[in-house]
Amino acid sequence: MSHLPYIVASYIAVLGAAGILAFQLALRLRRARTRIAALETRSARQKDTL
Amino acid sequence: MPETLPGQPVKGAFLHRFANPGRFLRLAHWLFPLLSASSGIFLTIGMIWALWFSPADWQQGDAVRIMYLHVPMAMLASGGYAALALCGVLSLVWKHPLADLAAVEIGPVGAVITGLCLVTGSLWGKPMWGAWWVWDARLTSVLVLFFLYLGHIALIQAFDDPQRGYRAAAVLAIAGVIDLPIIKFSVNWWNTLHQPDSITLTHAPTMPESMLLPLSICLTGFSLGFAALVTGRLQAAILETRAEQMLTRRARSQNGLS
Repeated sequence: MSHLPYIVASYIAVLGAAGILAFQLALRLRRARTRIAALETRSARQKDTL
Repeated sequence: MPETLPGQPVKGAFLHRFANPGRFLRLAHWLFPLLSASSGIFLTIGMIWALWFSPADWQQGDAVRIMYLHVPMAMLASGGYAALALCGVLSLVWKHPLADLAAVEIGPVGAVITGLCLVTGSLWGKPMWGAWWVWDARLTSVLVLFFLYLGHIALIQAFDDPQRGYRAAAVLAIAGVIDLPIIKFSVNWWNTLHQPDSITLTHAPTMPESMLLPLSICLTGFSLGFAALVTGRLQAAILETRAEQMLTRRARSQNGLS
């Protein structure tokens, strides 16, 4: 395959950036869901004590 | 006097259909995995086809395989900016509540895609033109688009009041649309090193089917991936806002009780 380093570099750049964006999104979604679940549990507990 | 009488349709009712964050979250609940999975399938098929089964170009050799990344990135960079401008219009004219959030989330993804368009273009240009970069009309106008994306991200974060940031960014997004026809027609208006478009709406494509098919599959895959990323990020942003609101409500009720 001619120009192999350029081809490999392009595919690594695109797939790497897509992977980073997807990983960052997965972390963000998980963090937000965990936070909401914790807040809901806490507020349910507070209602019970009141 | 009310703008609409009872029973009459509300102006822009269709646009506000998914303005309710709860409704959007219900939609995103099935749309996000569907978009992600279909993007993965299309990209896997497209990239295997592009790397191993599509023919090498008679002039460019195997370097033409960079096209399967570069062209989708270029189209999505412009398409993403058009979406950003549409969000700006929806925000300024109809005050659509999700338009600002969508613009916040489209901006970084669009900037990364435009950056990738420049990087893959550079990696394609070096073996073909003998230079990483030339101040060609097409390349320069895409670089301007990249700066527009960065400016949009910076403007949103530049104000203490988020609403002012959203408004300023919406104005920039709408004004920056002028760059899109410049990018599109730069290869026709000026004598550029960049080749003219191989795919146009008015003429038959100038590339063989054996290249056009994998390119279309890659383009579909990347477009679905872009949509999945924006839907997912918007979903995360709504959940984060909801968590913030819950915290504020809790703090207020605690202050009221004490």
